[in-house]
Amino acid sequence: MDQKLAIETVDLRKVFGEKVAVSGLTLQVERGEVFGFLGPNGAGKTTSIKMMLGLVAPTSGNGWLLGRPITDRNARAKVGFLPEHFRFHEWLTAYEFLRLHGQLYGLENGHLKQRAEELLELVGLTPFRDSQLRTFSKGMLQRIGLAQALLNNPELVFLDEPTSGLDPVGRRLVRDIIRQLRSEGTTVFLNSHLLSEVEITCDRVAFIKHGEVVRVSQVSGLIDGSTTVTVRARGFTPEILSNLQQWGRDVRADGENIVLSVNDEAVLPEISRCLVQHGVDVYAIVPQRLSLEDLFIQVVGTDGGL
Amino acid sequence: MRTILIIANLTLREAIRRKIVLAALILGTAFLLLYGLGFHFIRQEMLRADYGRLPSTTMQNQTFNFMLLAGMYVVNFLCIAIAALITADSLAGEIQSGIIQATVTKPIRRSEVVLGKWLGNATLLLFYLSLMGGGVMLVVWLISRLYAPNWAGGLALIYFNSLLIMTLTLACSSSLSTLATGGVVFGAFGLAFLGGWVERIGTFLENRTAIDLGIFSSLLMPSEALWNKAAALMTSPLASLMGITPFTSASEPSALMIVYAVIYLLVTLGIAIRVFTKRDL
Repeated sequence: MDQKLAIETVDLRKVFGEKVAVSGLTLQVERGEVFGFLGPNGAGKTTSIKMMLGLVAPTSGNGWLLGRPITDRNARAKVGFLPEHFRFHEWLTAYEFLRLHGQLYGLENGHLKQRAEELLELVGLTPFRDSQLRTFSKGMLQRIGLAQALLNNPELVFLDEPTSGLDPVGRRLVRDIIRQLRSEGTTVFLNSHLLSEVEITCDRVAFIKHGEVVRVSQVSGLIDGSTTVTVRARGFTPEILSNLQQWGRDVRADGENIVLSVNDEAVLPEISRCLVQHGVDVYAIVPQRLSLEDLFIQVVGTDGGL
Repeated sequence: MRTILIIANLTLREAIRRKIVLAALILGTAFLLLYGLGFHFIRQEMLRADYGRLPSTTMQNQTFNFMLLAGMYVVNFLCIAIAALITADSLAGEIQSGIIQATVTKPIRRSEVVLGKWLGNATLLLFYLSLMGGGVMLVVWLISRLYAPNWAGGLALIYFNSLLIMTLTLACSSSLSTLATGGVVFGAFGLAFLGGWVERIGTFLENRTAIDLGIFSSLLMPSEALWNKAAALMTSPLASLMGITPFTSASEPSALMIVYAVIYLLVTLGIAIRVFTKRDL
């Protein structure tokens, strides 16, 4: 166990009867990073989160949150959690709801009152402070749930599908809150289906399939490092192709096209100059950034891990 | 302890806010009104001189005592029903809807959630029994100026009975669905009820097997035995000599039965805590 890690799991495994939900999750999330947790439906993402938070007992394996074993309830003192399909006591008002959860965190009354008002403001629900949750829309519930997860000024926040059910304005709000949390040094563990969200907000992502981590990538690295360029040109020779290898990898000819991967789009003008100098007729140079979605399909496969 | 009180307070507020308390009060008041009216007319009937002579004061008092027991019988039943109704959904419902997830991921013990719900429901039941039991006694007193003998002990046993059912319901609710919980609890109550009658008839016919069956059923679910004990306490000495009635038992359960019921409750509560602590949510 490493104190510098926000989350560490070693071979966490969960079997429900005959079904293996998580076959062996080994994961390290550093303090202060925004970590995306990606995988197809049924890959064991929610069960993994539930094991880390003590909702589900692992069949075997170990885990630590902020340096404390996941079996220790005090490990959750500085942890916030927004469950998927978030449900609540709908007869409570927004303020009463935050008060209840703050009390469960053991917050002292004066501080709790101030913190609840602050968070209502943060998620834009101050005008609905005294409305019962039953009158809230799905998006408003998601917001109050998010506020609930931040009551204890957590050092680690688990967000399970925080933007499902939110309109674009709400999604941007969640994004801004995640950014703010990161700037305050809070670790965020984000489980989301919306890859574009993950791409914008996360530092690193783990891809999981059949309840195992199949790959962990830096998000910025993955995008900058994997631009595929297609050059439509005539009159190129194998020598010219090998010449291009100084700027990119996996250079190959594909009919009238030259395809290669570059690390930085800044080399594109040089490629173009080189080709022209060698008498190649260039019709188009099209960089295609490898999106997280492409990578997802590449790693997880089109079978969706089934 | 702090967490237990928070959850207990939440449980109480939920019952009030969701108008469960209001519904129970309206039905309870309706029962008390009906009971009072019935009692009033029965008394008037008794006091009419059509019989040629007035019934003796002793006879009157026995009738009033019988009426009081009839009222307490209903109060006992209502308390049991309310105990099962308010508790059946408490854990099962929150587990099924997922409400429980945001609660138990706080730095708290799961046992505190169970104990908090128990305490909240126990408080509600105490409030309800005080009103209903107190209401019946008030009606009887207003009409006949009579008290029930040993009323405090009798009411305490009726309260304990409702706690027993509530605890059993909570234990079922920690692992079964709301509907299955209701089924099991009412099944157990029905078994005890039937067992009580088998024992009564067995006593009347002096059939040992029937009596043993009755005792066996009250070991499985002591609620009927507890009522019998409460009724025996509140029956006037003369009436208890008269023997079998729908509301009292021919054979008063021993004090050992109460000890057994206390252990039964504690073990059931322990099971509720253990099951809820171990289960995946």
